[in-house]
Amino acid sequence: MTSTLNITINGAPHEIALDDPRATLLDVLRERLGLTGTKKGCDRGQCGACTVLIDGRRMNACLALALSHDWAEVTTIEGLAEGDTLHPVQQAFIAHDGFQCGYCTPGQIMSAVGLIAEGEAGLDPERVREGMSGNICRCAAYAGITDAVLEATRASGTRTEDERTDA
Amino acid sequence: MDDMLNTQGHVRLGSSAGQPLTRRDGILKVTGAAPYAADARPEGVLHAVTLAAGIARGRVARLNSAAAEAHPGVVKVYTPANTPALAVSPDEKIHPFVWRMEVLQDDRVRYAGQPIAMVVAETLEAATEAARLLAPDYEAEPHRVTLDDAEPFDTETTAFGRPANMTKGDLATARATSSRHVTTQVDTSAQYHNAMEPHAITAQWVGDRLEIDTPNQAIGLSKQTFSAFLGIAPEQILLRSPFIGGGFGSKAILYGAQLLTILAARDLERPVKLALRRDQVYGPTGHRAPTRQTLRIDMDDMGRITALDHDTITLTSSFDQFLESASNASHSLYAAPVLRTTHHGRRADVGTPGPMRAPGEAPGSAALEIAMDEAARAAGLDPLDFRLLNHADTDPASGMSFSSKALRECYAEAAGRFGWAGRPQEPRQMREGRLLKGWGMGTAQFPCPMFQAAAHATLRADGSAVVETSAADMGQGAWTALAQIAADGLGIDIDKVEFRSGHSDLPDAGVAGGSGHTATAGTALFNAGSDAVRQLADLATQDPASPLFGAGNAGVTARSGRLWRNDDDRSEAYEDILARAGLELIRGEGTGAREGEPTHAMFSHGAVFAEVLVDPDLGQVRVSRLIGAFAAGRIINPALARSQLLGGMIWGIGMALQEEALHDTRSGRFVNNDLAGYHVPVNADAPMVEAITVHEDDPFVNALGIKGVGEIGVTGTVGAIGNAVWHATGVRPGRFPIHPETLI
Ligand code: FES
Ligand code: FES
Repeated sequence: MTSTLNITINGAPHEIALDDPRATLLDVLRERLGLTGTKKGCDRGQCGACTVLIDGRRMNACLALALSHDWAEVTTIEGLAEGDTLHPVQQAFIAHDGFQCGYCTPGQIMSAVGLIAEGEAGLDPERVREGMSGNICRCAAYAGITDAVLEATRASGTRTEDERTDA
Repeated sequence: MDDMLNTQGHVRLGSSAGQPLTRRDGILKVTGAAPYAADARPEGVLHAVTLAAGIARGRVARLNSAAAEAHPGVVKVYTPANTPALAVSPDEKIHPFVWRMEVLQDDRVRYAGQPIAMVVAETLEAATEAARLLAPDYEAEPHRVTLDDAEPFDTETTAFGRPANMTKGDLATARATSSRHVTTQVDTSAQYHNAMEPHAITAQWVGDRLEIDTPNQAIGLSKQTFSAFLGIAPEQILLRSPFIGGGFGSKAILYGAQLLTILAARDLERPVKLALRRDQVYGPTGHRAPTRQTLRIDMDDMGRITALDHDTITLTSSFDQFLESASNASHSLYAAPVLRTTHHGRRADVGTPGPMRAPGEAPGSAALEIAMDEAARAAGLDPLDFRLLNHADTDPASGMSFSSKALRECYAEAAGRFGWAGRPQEPRQMREGRLLKGWGMGTAQFPCPMFQAAAHATLRADGSAVVETSAADMGQGAWTALAQIAADGLGIDIDKVEFRSGHSDLPDAGVAGGSGHTATAGTALFNAGSDAVRQLADLATQDPASPLFGAGNAGVTARSGRLWRNDDDRSEAYEDILARAGLELIRGEGTGAREGEPTHAMFSHGAVFAEVLVDPDLGQVRVSRLIGAFAAGRIINPALARSQLLGGMIWGIGMALQEEALHDTRSGRFVNNDLAGYHVPVNADAPMVEAITVHEDDPFVNALGIKGVGEIGVTGTVGAIGNAVWHATGVRPGRFPIHPETLI
């Protein structure tokens, strides 16, 4: 049984003939579209490695059946930078050494982008740590992650305000 | 350059080493472009899924292969009935670092989680469903899965062939003449590495050449192992492992599903990819075994240790041997004139344990530091004063001097930063609101091994260079730190260094483990660079047209892409020397290893101070502050070293308070083999963790003075947290992780 999935990924519309309704969004991204930046750490919603933005909200792509997100807009790690210019969150992760092995990093960064857009944590380190605690980093680069999120929040302060009034 | 290397056995490296450069692989990692093994998508790739045993001991009586094969998209189902044979039996110990692997060569079940079949299909979804349809029936046999019911056995050796037992001095006399003693028992739990990247492999045969993408901490050794079991020449194998999504020891040893995937790719003549599910990592890929440790510390009236006796009981599998050498943590840390360390093995129906970040040292240190605090209390001394009183000025086990040991400085730095002075001696004296507050400390120590590595360094006509060694980057920062060392070996700016790595066709960089990779591979790279520069210096100093003519090979210094005369300020650029000689390139070769018998005891040291807050009603523990100071020789990149140390310390939080893999004793299966049930620290668990490095010049450890920082952070920390919990509650932990119910 083939179904059609209409989905916008990183700004580009896709019409995907999906031959298997069991496919998760994560596996569609990785195995069918070759967008392997999004990682699988558990496939059970327990680690955050697969975090993407679906219609602007951070979600675990491993828990999302692809077909249930027909017409959704998805942003993955591949869609953050503009050409060679890194997104401020990506820059901050490099500057603060917010990763080691890098495997959790795409999920951490997408989660951070989502967290900053939510505007709930602000510049409170404790709330940032809580807000990022759905993303496990076994290398435990947590200090760098927290500092990076705080710096990116600071840098995007005005923009976050604008986005919220827009919404 | 030779002279430079030998000056007082210690060199000042060039401008690159010592700088907190950001990671050279940073952009790849933050954009999702860094390739990990499961990201490979060769044309026509098939997906493999293994089925894991649901019993701990017995045999597989029946598998519904027909149902699985009938599922749309399934290409083949592998069971012991049709799996191709290996070139040598899995029972063969082809070298000491190969554990017995399950490659479907028989129908025995030796532990829960063991692969008992593998499905290969066109899609991951089809393979997953078909594996479920196999619905195995078992003939189960009685099993044992815990330390308590396991079968004891005597052993001469522990992990890595180390002697199981050691005695120094006369224990009976020391005990008889000591004025007091304490005996402490501490249990530690089974732990799983849980690297964020589950084990994966993509295998394809290109003609008779095998190409594999698989995260691997020991590329050269693994190539040998694969070649032996597959019956092909090592040259037929290309192993790529540019990035490892966390290893922590679990990706140094091969496991059966890798071989199965390779066999399937050969059999089906198509590329095959396998990524273990998180739950399937539990069992076949190693773990830290549980321990039960008993320590007796004897002291004189002053509180000086007169004898230290450390015994460990630990678990291994029913069919292979890896025993946590926890008691060895007592060999070299405190000044014990009389010393005995012993280990006892037990066998259970579990997967074979293996090295996990600070193997032996982590559980050993945890128990030793608890025992030290007990002893300090018996002696009526502050825990830090007690440790200073018993500071080992020479290595108690070997009698040798330490190559360097800035431990006193670490104590002073960390204690000062923490504010240890004025700590009340008695427990339950401090509160924060309704929470009990406690302070504890521990000493950190980790040995400085070196392995064998080789490297090439090639200077090119334009003054740039390419350096090559098959190092493994699992997050420690090999792509950056090793390139920094290579740049200094060559005397050029790091931006001119192209670093090639993570590929088995390159010179072997040895194993990334034991905190010895930077020292070993770094030495090889530095020597390769020095070799290239020496050849360049030969050319220039023998060429009358060069301003360096007549300076002699040792009369020049390499810096900033130029050779400089030592006797005046004339210099010449590398590219000019090469151009005049009509050379496109000059290639240097180097190796890294420790030469000869050690003349010193070599360790990194540190001191860790912890503050905990304990809920008096719930027993919940939070680590509110953790401060460590570490002396680990020359630090190549302070930013990366800090990250490693912090990571290790946070592993200490996990070991002290969270991490424990549990088996259901009735079924023999895991209870919590996932990241919801097996708790690892998350961001909110580590609010304030600080790592300080203390300067240390080590003229003996290796020519570059490099120790290691990858594992030491775990040691000291677990005990420090346990001791802080005692200070908060008055309850001395007898087991890690500490359970809240034991504190109320
Ligand atoms: S892979 Fe989705 S949460 Fe772990
Ligand atoms: S960087 Fe390795 S898991 Fe986060």
